[in-house]
Amino acid sequence: MFQEVGTTEMGDLIINVGPQHPSTHGVLHLVITLNGETVKKVEPHLGYIHRSIEKMCESLTYRQFIYVTSRMDYLSSHINNHACALIVEKGLQIEVPQRAQYIRVLLDELTRIASHQLWWGAMAMDVGAITPFFHAFREREVINDIMEQTCGARLTMNFMVPGGCMYDIHPDFVKSVKDFMAFFRSKLSEYDEMVTNNPIFQARMKDVGVISKENAISYGCSGPVARAAGVVCDVRKLSPYDVYSQVNFEEALETEGDCFARYKVRMKEMNESMRIIDQLIDNIPEGDFQAKTKAVLKLPKGDYYTNVETARGDFGVYIVSEGATTPYRIKFHSPGFCNLSALDHMTRGSKIGDLVAIMGSLDLVIPDIDR
Amino acid sequence: MIQEKLLSICPAAVFEENTQWPTMNIDSAEWRKLAEALKNENDLAFDYLFCVTCVDWKTHLTMVYHLSSTLHRHTIVVKAKIADRNNAIIDSVYNIWATAELNEREAYDLFGVHFTNHPDLRRLFLSEDWVGFPLRKDYEDPINMIKL
Amino acid sequence: MLTTLTELTIVGILILTLFAVLGLVLVFMERKVSAYMQIRLGPNRVGYKGIAQTLADTIKLVVKEGLTPNGADKFLFNLAPFIVMFGAMLLMAPIPFARNSQIWDLNIGVLYITAVSSISVIGILMAGWSSNNKYSLLGAMRSGAQIVSYELSAGLAIISIVVLTGSLKISEIIASQETGWWIFRGHIPVLISFVIFIIAVTAETNRAPFDMAEAESELTAGFHTEYSGMRFALFFLAEYVNIFIVCAIGATLFLGGWMPFHIGNWAGFNHLMDFIPSSIWFFGKTFFLIFVIMWFRWTFPRLRIDQLLNLEWKYLLPIGMFNLLLMTIIAIMGWYF
Repeated sequence: MFQEVGTTEMGDLIINVGPQHPSTHGVLHLVITLNGETVKKVEPHLGYIHRSIEKMCESLTYRQFIYVTSRMDYLSSHINNHACALIVEKGLQIEVPQRAQYIRVLLDELTRIASHQLWWGAMAMDVGAITPFFHAFREREVINDIMEQTCGARLTMNFMVPGGCMYDIHPDFVKSVKDFMAFFRSKLSEYDEMVTNNPIFQARMKDVGVISKENAISYGCSGPVARAAGVVCDVRKLSPYDVYSQVNFEEALETEGDCFARYKVRMKEMNESMRIIDQLIDNIPEGDFQAKTKAVLKLPKGDYYTNVETARGDFGVYIVSEGATTPYRIKFHSPGFCNLSALDHMTRGSKIGDLVAIMGSLDLVIPDIDR
Repeated sequence: MIQEKLLSICPAAVFEENTQWPTMNIDSAEWRKLAEALKNENDLAFDYLFCVTCVDWKTHLTMVYHLSSTLHRHTIVVKAKIADRNNAIIDSVYNIWATAELNEREAYDLFGVHFTNHPDLRRLFLSEDWVGFPLRKDYEDPINMIKL
Repeated sequence: MLTTLTELTIVGILILTLFAVLGLVLVFMERKVSAYMQIRLGPNRVGYKGIAQTLADTIKLVVKEGLTPNGADKFLFNLAPFIVMFGAMLLMAPIPFARNSQIWDLNIGVLYITAVSSISVIGILMAGWSSNNKYSLLGAMRSGAQIVSYELSAGLAIISIVVLTGSLKISEIIASQETGWWIFRGHIPVLISFVIFIIAVTAETNRAPFDMAEAESELTAGFHTEYSGMRFALFFLAEYVNIFIVCAIGATLFLGGWMPFHIGNWAGFNHLMDFIPSSIWFFGKTFFLIFVIMWFRWTFPRLRIDQLLNLEWKYLLPIGMFNLLLMTIIAIMGWYF
């Protein structure tokens, strides 16, 4: 798996970045070709955390396979579970109660905020500012507490099931979310003061890792990476699921396509997520949190595709069913995988420091790429 | 309307009924020609390849391509049947959709589909000396695989 | 002869002790400052309020195995930390820690400091090259480019004070600040020099935001990636002592060294200030500057290598040169207070 490390052309240096490296955020292994400080080629080597979840799911029932998806993109595990619940509901035409839909969207958006907070801290750390990481975790901790209160877990949550949610929300849920919103609002301006408006940070981010709209589409980019290049691709807008059709929010779009545009998109998304939560939190309807479903779920023969918007982009689930209790073939389309494929294109000709900044701005989660 | 257009490009295609999106079944040999048309025809303009899947049907393999257009906002699913399972060959589309390069490597790694003209067809997740293709239905691994 | 030797030995031991104590204090200070800025507590278990934490870490580093990589140039690999260390130690000689307590008040003190402070770059290059690691090599190359260029700015900033005092001797520079520190007396040009000096020495000591040589998110640990145990500790110690030294120089040149805060010829006020011991003045100023440099590190993102060199060659150096010219005019015309 390791390439022979040495020189290719005169003066070219081949370096293994990762799988143990501070800025790869996991076991990503990149083989980079350098000419001095300039990056000539980046080649990802994957598979260090490949668990073959797709194969695993072929022997799990439609109720069981949801839980392994929390282990893919662990920063948006609720949203992954949501996608899986949606596809089973679609196949069986289950009507999900309003209350469950509200709770799911609320948890999705909280997850998105938590994920972006972590990304924000990690992004700043990648360009050399260590302090913001701790500030991001201070706020993220509150969301983790809410998650723990609601579903018992802080990272790999399992709460959404076909037909709604596993349990009802905690009695304090509304209050703690509101407290968090007030707290987080006061801190967001701090984020701008500390990082966004910093001239060194802007110099590091602007005009770095530029990807054009055409290339972003061709590389199959999604989420903030594509939106920063001006591609309209928010699944919540294009094919709304659950109560997304009833809430008002803007799709965060930028046109520059550089690291700073991706940064701004994610910052805007946090604000939009807060807007969505504000609209929903006071109006959670009374009623069931779960629809009545059969004990054994069997998807009719055929194939199904559902996608949702995770914190990293378009997450798709494709199920080929033969009518059995387990899927015949299941495919997870992960946003990080496609975003990673554009990394080589973005980094060519930039410096090593830029490579790290670009990787940070792509917000890669390796278990999501390897699956 | 799109169906007629596509049938004129690829007369042997069969469309499925009652599907979420128009789904056409073609033979793997026609894939490259169809792909170019899908991308380049102005009223099709399928520029966004968002899911590449391989399905093992025990007798044959199927490559499933989910395509959509960011311009017209329509989606199509193309299922290319690869009849010979032991010598699975299909054209690569990496120069039509850049995302295909890595996705095709994944399909090669896990299903053993050979993509002709692919610039760098190597194992992606597994090590170079891995024997067999794990996501095929007849793959057996007594050590690493846990049967539930 | 014997008395000279005894004296030298005593001074040497004192300096070594100071060196070790400084290392411990500064590492502890850095951890506490960073903890404060990062809303953490920092070390707080070992000893009273965690004071003994760095001592414990030192003991750990001493007993740790010092690994030498297989392909390394063994001789240079082992030599490099000592060169960096010696560079830092030599700089201790002309620094006045308090009134009349200076090891060696040579008549070209400022020149000596600028000359000797360049030695550490050789050690860093040596470490990076001999490690046989590409990250180390890149880190060493970066720090070579960086230290050599930023020395120019630091030198120019220092010269502007030399222009004002007309002497290279450190004791005379301090004596010239009897009626007020240069930073207050020298108008805006000295202020500019001071800012340039602080930026340049931050870069020269490889501290964030100029920690290109280490850049842990890019090069894992830069030039000392392959070092472990005590040899790593030497690099670590040298870094902190270097910070102390450059801050001491900054305090001496711009903030009057051990000279208390005097205002012109307000005799009463000046006498009052003289009651505070001169060593407290010196260490107070130095630690204030150290705090500023630590503040930088925990606040700013890192610059990229080309931005770093642009900053020096396109901004700091021209400004520094023009500033020196201005300073010369001020000095000749006697326009300072």
